[in-house]
Amino acid sequence: MANKIEVLGVSKLFRREGREIVAMERTDLFIEEGRFVSIIGPSGCGKSTLFNIIAGLMPPSSGKVMADGRNIVGKTGYVGYMLQKDMLLPWRTILDNIILGMEIRGVPREEAVQRALPLMERYGLKGFENHYPKELSGGMRQRAALLRTLLYDRDIILLDEPFGALDAQTRLMMQNWLLQIWEDFRKTVLFVTHDIDEAIYLSDDIYVFTARPGRIKAKVTVPMPRPRTHQDMTTPQFAEIKHLLLDLLSEEVRIASDQERIS
Amino acid sequence: MKSAGSEAYAMQPSALGEPQMTPVSQEIRVAQDEEAAERKRMSRVRLGRVIVGILIVAGWELLTRIGLLDSYFWSNPSTILSTAWVAATQGDLLRDVLFTSGSTILGFIFGTLAGSLLGLTFWWSRTYADVSEPYLVVLNAMPKLALAPVLVILFGIGFFSKVALAFAMTVVVAALSAYGGVKSVDPDMEKLMYSLGAKKLQVFTKVVIPWSMPWMISSLRINIALALAGAIVGEFISSQQGVGRMILYAGTILDIDLVWVGVIVLSALSMLMYGGVVMLEKRLLKEFPK
Repeated sequence: MANKIEVLGVSKLFRREGREIVAMERTDLFIEEGRFVSIIGPSGCGKSTLFNIIAGLMPPSSGKVMADGRNIVGKTGYVGYMLQKDMLLPWRTILDNIILGMEIRGVPREEAVQRALPLMERYGLKGFENHYPKELSGGMRQRAALLRTLLYDRDIILLDEPFGALDAQTRLMMQNWLLQIWEDFRKTVLFVTHDIDEAIYLSDDIYVFTARPGRIKAKVTVPMPRPRTHQDMTTPQFAEIKHLLLDLLSEEVRIASDQERIS
Repeated sequence: MKSAGSEAYAMQPSALGEPQMTPVSQEIRVAQDEEAAERKRMSRVRLGRVIVGILIVAGWELLTRIGLLDSYFWSNPSTILSTAWVAATQGDLLRDVLFTSGSTILGFIFGTLAGSLLGLTFWWSRTYADVSEPYLVVLNAMPKLALAPVLVILFGIGFFSKVALAFAMTVVVAALSAYGGVKSVDPDMEKLMYSLGAKKLQVFTKVVIPWSMPWMISSLRINIALALAGAIVGEFISSQQGVGRMILYAGTILDIDLVWVGVIVLSALSMLMYGGVVMLEKRLLKEFPK
């Protein structure tokens, strides 16, 4: 299958207090269309930097990002982006939050609502159209945030630790919910997480990043068949992958914490 | 006794044994009604407030009647009331009230709007904001009332110099409040908007303005009081109308009863406008929650 996104030789350097800090070493990523790809790595390994560069919010120091064969460096609006915080606007109803992306693009409200309502119904937000974000639970708010990203209608979606702030049970529910959406829409998903179980459960491919300066240490493909259930998390195959990832990560986490002590 | 841990594994409820039932059915259960208790307390508070008010007015009247307080300086409630009646029916009290409240409200509206708009513009460029900030702080520190003579010369002794003073009193506070709101906008929120393809103007209208609303609203209460102070000082400097002018005039002819009328009318006016602003604030905050 063709590559949907190609990250070619992208690096990012910052200069602080006269010192050059390499946030991201030259990195190449090739992500096929329709794949669910996770990125794991110690904190501060440049995952968010990579996302900001792909989303066009930050220029790379070198390299380029290709999507569908076009260079999208510095181009915002080409990918859907979702953060750990739900970022719903508190003065807008859930419905008005969900159609925000379409509103910005200039889609008439009538049409935007027509598209949003069936999705809200299918993905468990029916009846909450006119509620305000603060009236909803954390899980529901994240759902609304994800629907907003989906309705923005990009083929590529970046999810930066979207479930990081949720409690364990809600998280499990949200993972299945996300898988259902992904199976329905078949978007290409790039997913950052700290949770190894989550990465294995959701992904086709997992990229392990090194400690700063961040670069790719390994690519692990998860061969478990889909659709998956949480029962799959207790299979020997799952444990084997987890073991491998833990080995790869533990070294990097140690290096990262050493760096923290020095700086 | 065995340790609980080994036995606690998947224990059936029946294994716990039936609890001993003691007959308690005769006992009447009383729900703890916290709302009723609170209602009762609030009605006592209201009653207490009324009583204190009556005591103050009655004490004032009594102390001046028996001569413990000199009624020349302190006047007393009944004289104030009758003086006010005369001033309202035969004098220009009502016209003065309209004059003062009109200049206050106009100055308040223009000052708050202009200041808020100015504060919002600081979002567009951090350099522009950082260049302006010290001047804003200086303007805020400067006692605007000291400008009164200049403004009266500029705008004349009529209505508009009072509006200008009320404006000068409120504009900087409003600007600083709006600037505070602008600075508090979550950068991630802006990031999200840009990732959705938003232009800067869209981020401004869809995020920055509503986000800053609670900050701008918080300046309303202070500003209505400041606007009134500005209007009154303007009348003190030079004016042919207004409650402030009436007080000044009454003072020069040693009509202290009339001074008291002015003070009490101004207090009432201030409370009324404050109440209006609080209502406005409530409505706006409902529209633009944090």
